[in-house]
Amino acid sequence: MSGLSSFDIIGPIMVGPSSSHTAGAARLGKVSMSIAGGNFKKVVFYLHGSFAKTYRGHGTDRALVAGVLGMETYDDRLKFSLDIAKEKGIEIEFVEADLGDVHPNTVKIVFYKEDGSKFEVVGSSIGGGNIIITEINGDKVEFTGDYPTLIVKQKDVKGMISSVTAILASQNINIATMRVTRRAKGKEALMIIETDAEISDYVLKVIEKVENIISAKAINPVK
Amino acid sequence: MYNTGLELMELANSKRCKIYEIVIENEVELQGLSREEIVLKMKKALEVMKASAQEALDKEVKSVSGLIGGDAKRLEDYRKSGNTLCGDTVVKAMARALSCSEVNAAMGRIVAAPTAGSCGILPSAVITAGEKLDKTEDEIVNALFTASGIGQIIAKNATVSGAEGGCQAECGAAAAMAAAAIVEMAGGTPEMCLNAASIALKNIMGLVCDPIAGLVEAPCAKRNASGVVNALISAELVLAGIKSIIPFDEVVEAMYRVGKALPEALRETALGGIAATPTGIKLRKQVLGE
Repeated sequence: MSGLSSFDIIGPIMVGPSSSHTAGAARLGKVSMSIAGGNFKKVVFYLHGSFAKTYRGHGTDRALVAGVLGMETYDDRLKFSLDIAKEKGIEIEFVEADLGDVHPNTVKIVFYKEDGSKFEVVGSSIGGGNIIITEINGDKVEFTGDYPTLIVKQKDVKGMISSVTAILASQNINIATMRVTRRAKGKEALMIIETDAEISDYVLKVIEKVENIISAKAINPVK
Repeated sequence: MYNTGLELMELANSKRCKIYEIVIENEVELQGLSREEIVLKMKKALEVMKASAQEALDKEVKSVSGLIGGDAKRLEDYRKSGNTLCGDTVVKAMARALSCSEVNAAMGRIVAAPTAGSCGILPSAVITAGEKLDKTEDEIVNALFTASGIGQIIAKNATVSGAEGGCQAECGAAAAMAAAAIVEMAGGTPEMCLNAASIALKNIMGLVCDPIAGLVEAPCAKRNASGVVNALISAELVLAGIKSIIPFDEVVEAMYRVGKALPEALRETALGGIAATPTGIKLRKQVLGE
């Protein structure tokens, strides 16, 4: 049955009311948080399209906040996430916005970190609780969070892709998909690699040691 | 491996087993987990289903927007009065379906089956029919695998998304899944399961998705109540020996074509149907604070 599981039909177990506007929103929050890393004191959500129009009725606001707090789609506390964020001293803001020619269920999440830096993630909820991350700090990307994902920032010089893929191969990690983009020739570039096996901290450290690698980050799948 | 109802039925027939056996086998292969692990996963889904089918019968559960709530309890209290027209089984199933939908709209925990909007039909069907037929929990779990096999085929060859195919794709798929599950619990053959699924889908063919204010509340909850009754009567017809004149796979294909032919206003955009009535529009403004 080409990949379609019984549990895609009976499932996910989730907090209602909508797989796209609630479960998908929670996943967007959680995946974005793992990309941005912890230590944030304020999060602003820019809601686009259908998200902007119906977010209160669908609990999209609570789901997004639950996600950035690390909750899963089936967490009973999802409903109370706004209060939980307040208790934790995290400031939350929602802004209805036009994010341009994007999917109707799109959100831009801006994390304000303790150290004063900002981290921006854009993603869409594309139905049935599935999501796609489309932008990280202004760089166009495309991945779902279903697979372990490696995000590498490097200088745009030759040999970077082969160095990183060689490390993955040596660790017996198979690459499922890969996408490489750059800001401009010779400037910063970005590699997004989805893999079949989880990427350990050890692998990240080895990659970070490679010359001209600026940063390496791994995201474990969020179900 | 099976891609159509016919393939699923032939596999079950050749191995002289029920549909659920084929579905579990496929799942074991797909996920690389043991049979026990797969069955346990479905047991967990059944636990959540049971809780959501009960919660709004015991107490009034209000949706986040305030548009719906309390109807499951209202119906259950009425059932207990003993004066129902349709009898205990049907009314209890309706109340349970409403309960799941109300819990969903109140941001409670549910199992999408196949979607959150149609999450009341399958749980209420298998729990209520299971009770009536005196089935064990394991047998009900098996029936859920049979239901998911039917759902897999519909999702593969048509759609289970309201935005793509209208309500017939969500509540229709759920009712077809439920009808097959009930027939199998009642001792029906794989062919009878497919017949019941066909009849349930045909009964609801063309139904539009027109949620007020775009929320999964009205008319969704009541359509879950009617959806489980659709599943029960489809199963009943088949158990009496009645067949579907059109084979399951052809019905699925027809449902998909009908869904594609529906204008966008009637596919989850809240621009048509009851969402676009004067009262529907008034409620939208009220709920969304426009």
